[in-house]
Amino acid sequence: MNGFALYWRFIAVSVRSQMLYPTAFVLRFSSQFFVTIIEFGGVWVLFARFGHVRGWTFAQVALFYAIASIAFAIADGLSRGFDTVGPLFIKTGNFDRILLRPRSSALQITGQDFALTSAGRLVQGLAAFAVAIDLLKPDWGVAEFMLLAWAVAGGASLFISLKMLEGVLAFWTTEALEVANTLTYGGEAAAQYPLDIYTAWFRKLMTYFVPIGCSLYFPVALVLGHDAPGVPPWLAVLAPATGFAFLGVAAAVWRLGIRYYTSTGS
Amino acid sequence: MAQIQVENLSKSYRIAARDPGLAGAVRGLFHRRTREIAALSDVSFSLERGELLGFIGPNGAGKSTTIKILSGILRPSSGRCEVDGRVPWEQRIAHVARIGVVFGQRTQLWWDLPIIESFELLRDIYRVDGAKFGRTKDRLVEMLKIAPLLDTPLRQLSLGQRMRCEIAAALLHSPSILFLDEPTIGLDAVSKLALRDFVKDLNRAEGVTVILTTHDMHDIEALARRVIIIGNGRLLRDSSFESMRNEVLGERRLIVDFATDVGEVAVEGASIRARDGRTIEFAFDPARTAAHTLIANIARAHDVVDIRVDDPKIEEVIARFYTLHGAVES
Repeated sequence: MNGFALYWRFIAVSVRSQMLYPTAFVLRFSSQFFVTIIEFGGVWVLFARFGHVRGWTFAQVALFYAIASIAFAIADGLSRGFDTVGPLFIKTGNFDRILLRPRSSALQITGQDFALTSAGRLVQGLAAFAVAIDLLKPDWGVAEFMLLAWAVAGGASLFISLKMLEGVLAFWTTEALEVANTLTYGGEAAAQYPLDIYTAWFRKLMTYFVPIGCSLYFPVALVLGHDAPGVPPWLAVLAPATGFAFLGVAAAVWRLGIRYYTSTGS
Repeated sequence: MAQIQVENLSKSYRIAARDPGLAGAVRGLFHRRTREIAALSDVSFSLERGELLGFIGPNGAGKSTTIKILSGILRPSSGRCEVDGRVPWEQRIAHVARIGVVFGQRTQLWWDLPIIESFELLRDIYRVDGAKFGRTKDRLVEMLKIAPLLDTPLRQLSLGQRMRCEIAAALLHSPSILFLDEPTIGLDAVSKLALRDFVKDLNRAEGVTVILTTHDMHDIEALARRVIIIGNGRLLRDSSFESMRNEVLGERRLIVDFATDVGEVAVEGASIRARDGRTIEFAFDPARTAAHTLIANIARAHDVVDIRVDDPKIEEVIARFYTLHGAVES
């Protein structure tokens, strides 16, 4: 069985286990949904008061918001397991068992904890997307929708990479999760608004260091007909690929983490 | 060529030394002082295919470190190790596909899943061919008598039932080496016996190499023809079980509850080890004096309530071994 098929096998098992406790599932699903939908309500309130921010309308921001939420929800669902590397695997010694199996450790970690409840966030993202489409009434063709899907894919890869890097920290310290969370959850929050509303250093950080801007902002801005200064359309189309490149970097760091773990054994 | 070849294996850990108290913790943030702990020093041995090796030593002696290195999940600081011609930690994925590991205190099955589904998941993880899996599984299920447990989730099984399933799980991919780390811990007498029988069969009939660590001397006695004792990270002894027992367990105990207060009791062939009121513990060498002779002599001379024969506990054996070998526990 190849890695991809095995991953889905793991996920099916994880979903079944979670369904054994339906009340817990319903509660967590709805809390994810309501918390995030209230957050989106906050954006609406902001725009109802000020009309627009830096030339962006509520409808346009809703599109940014939706694409970032959808990308994050997918990433969170697929790679929530990285959150548990420290508490469930390193501290307990269960990581040894992962290493004793002839399969990728990242695949086993993520497969064993599929975050079904992030479907709540996904539903919220899709709702925001519906609101954006309804307000924008765009005359998009297939190309625009494909570009948005491509942005979601790049963004999801990027968020998965961040979670992976967060997980890898647990090999060195078990206390770093909170700091690392600022990158993932903070990254998502930042990506929910168009990048050019932020100050210069933060924009650079989000473009060159943690390329959330590349994966999400440039393509969505292009779809909305807002050229980002200095970014020609072809570059904006290619930009989400940085999300996949970042995944490669994270995978290399993960291997370093494994090497460190097998040297210290704890 | 030997299946497992270990030469001058050493492993030291660097651990952070911290001054006590809050001030110490704060200082530790800026100046990280570390010190080296030698977990394993200069261990060498080799093992032929089909051997059954007992690996004993007190907690912290280096047993787990050795097992972890042999199973590929820990890199040694120095020394060489080859298993089936592979360096375990360099070719971990290929290596772990050929070994089975059972931890007595940890599970490799899925908590909420019926056992059979855990087995099927392991089949896919280890890429076992469907038909071959069916045959191996059926044989293991029969040998370990777990057919009635297959549809039960792990969380509903007793410890003994669980351990039988764990062992089956570790063998589904037909490994050539099986590591058993304290497999009988917490098991009742019946389960222990059944487990020992199974391991013996597996080793003899199927030629699977077994490395067993345990604190239960009876496990060793029942299973291992060869025993390695490890203490303070050093290999203290590598010999047959018989010769080790003669050296260390040569002495046995006879515990006698007398009916009346007895003063000086002189019994030929035995010496007094300890006394507690009317209970006296004698030590004797069964090679020189047979237990029944000793018991008969004592019963003839005194009024006796109860007599029992005991082996020294493994901790005592190991402690005595340390003294014999001049190894001091740190």
